[in-house]
Amino acid sequence: MDLVTRLLVSDRRALAQAISLVEAGDPGSRVILRQVYPHTGQAQIVGVTGAPGTGKSTLVSALVREFRQRDRSVAIVAVDPSSPFTGGALLGDRIRMQDLAGDPGVFIRSMASRGHLGGLAQATSDVLKLMDAAGFSLVIVETVGAGQSEVEVAGAAHTTIVLDVPGMGDDIQAIKAGILEIADILVVNKADLPGADRRIAQLEAMLHMGEYPDGWRPPVLRTVAVRDQGLSILADTIEKHWTFLRTGGRLEAFYRRQAEQEFDAALRDEAMRVLRERVLDPERHTALVERICGRELDPYSAASKVLAGMRG
Amino acid sequence: MERKIRVLVAKPGLDGHDRGAKVVARSLRDAGMEVVYTGLQQTPEMIVEAALQEDVDVIGLSILSGAHMTLLPRICDLLRQQGGEDILVVAGGIIPDEDVEPLQEAGVAAIYGPGTPSSEYVAFIREHVRQA
Repeated sequence: MDLVTRLLVSDRRALAQAISLVEAGDPGSRVILRQVYPHTGQAQIVGVTGAPGTGKSTLVSALVREFRQRDRSVAIVAVDPSSPFTGGALLGDRIRMQDLAGDPGVFIRSMASRGHLGGLAQATSDVLKLMDAAGFSLVIVETVGAGQSEVEVAGAAHTTIVLDVPGMGDDIQAIKAGILEIADILVVNKADLPGADRRIAQLEAMLHMGEYPDGWRPPVLRTVAVRDQGLSILADTIEKHWTFLRTGGRLEAFYRRQAEQEFDAALRDEAMRVLRERVLDPERHTALVERICGRELDPYSAASKVLAGMRG
Repeated sequence: MERKIRVLVAKPGLDGHDRGAKVVARSLRDAGMEVVYTGLQQTPEMIVEAALQEDVDVIGLSILSGAHMTLLPRICDLLRQQGGEDILVVAGGIIPDEDVEPLQEAGVAAIYGPGTPSSEYVAFIREHVRQA
């Protein structure tokens, strides 16, 4: 059996190998994604994001245990940053997920961001598709430790959970644009620490100022992930959000938006590839960079020049 | 994008000292590799399952407990049974000289004692890792 056939019947080894190919941008990965694509769109994809140290991995681990009790199979992709200097990475999310080891209904993959900004790796959304096609009913994506603008996960996941902890800032931080805005569910983790009530009140006050024309007002939940507290309510809320999305054409709208974004991104990649192949070989590219660098040519005129070659 | 060397660094058995494993993990990271660190007290089954899910090229095992003659061959056996025989296995820790040869026969490609410079195992891994 070939790789894709094995992947579609949940062969874990095939899934692992397909992920590596997609991650490396291997020429064969296009074929894999083409064959897998019709089988996607089944799983609920849940994103978990938050600042470093807010407890994302621990929460994911506890949440997966909760979903396993509900007989859901779960795949996890956990993204950690690559070094901007060496390109190496230390992927440590598995440490917190040790007690999931040996469960055949759980698949965990660590992924380095490889220089991609936005909270995910370049290939993360394709990896989510592979996990979806492999038949997992729930796919969880954990972002790198996020700052204020790592909001990419919201486009990749149906349900975005933003983790916060007591002591993370005042009410002005809470009304800034960015990460808090993308939450479908807000979680104050480590809620046994002092300041939890205050933080929850600040987040509630922030939400009170907002409007929710689509009908979903993000709830603020409290958890203590290391002690398995609050996970059952969180899991219920995730399921509730999925039910919400599947009514009133919301899921269709989500997929439409996603299709548009992915199509545009693919077009950019493909256009770049064709340009490089036809009119912009590496020498010409370097030569133009030199001229731009020497202030003889500005970047926009250089780009027009290259594209004029395509038209002619 | 070129294919990165992926390494699983794991501690089989019951000893609780992972400073060595962390130093090795850090040095492999600094050598440009992607290192998955799994933490303490891993069973052979957990290590092999993690290696296959992560599709790593190399497993680096750190063991100080003295149980290496039981645990390391077991890991190599499990890898062979599950189709992971092309994964390079290296080990470090407190391993007496007379155990080195039997461990190599069992499938551990290289064994490093305390004080090994990182350049040594980095070069070994680069040279012996499977070709994609």
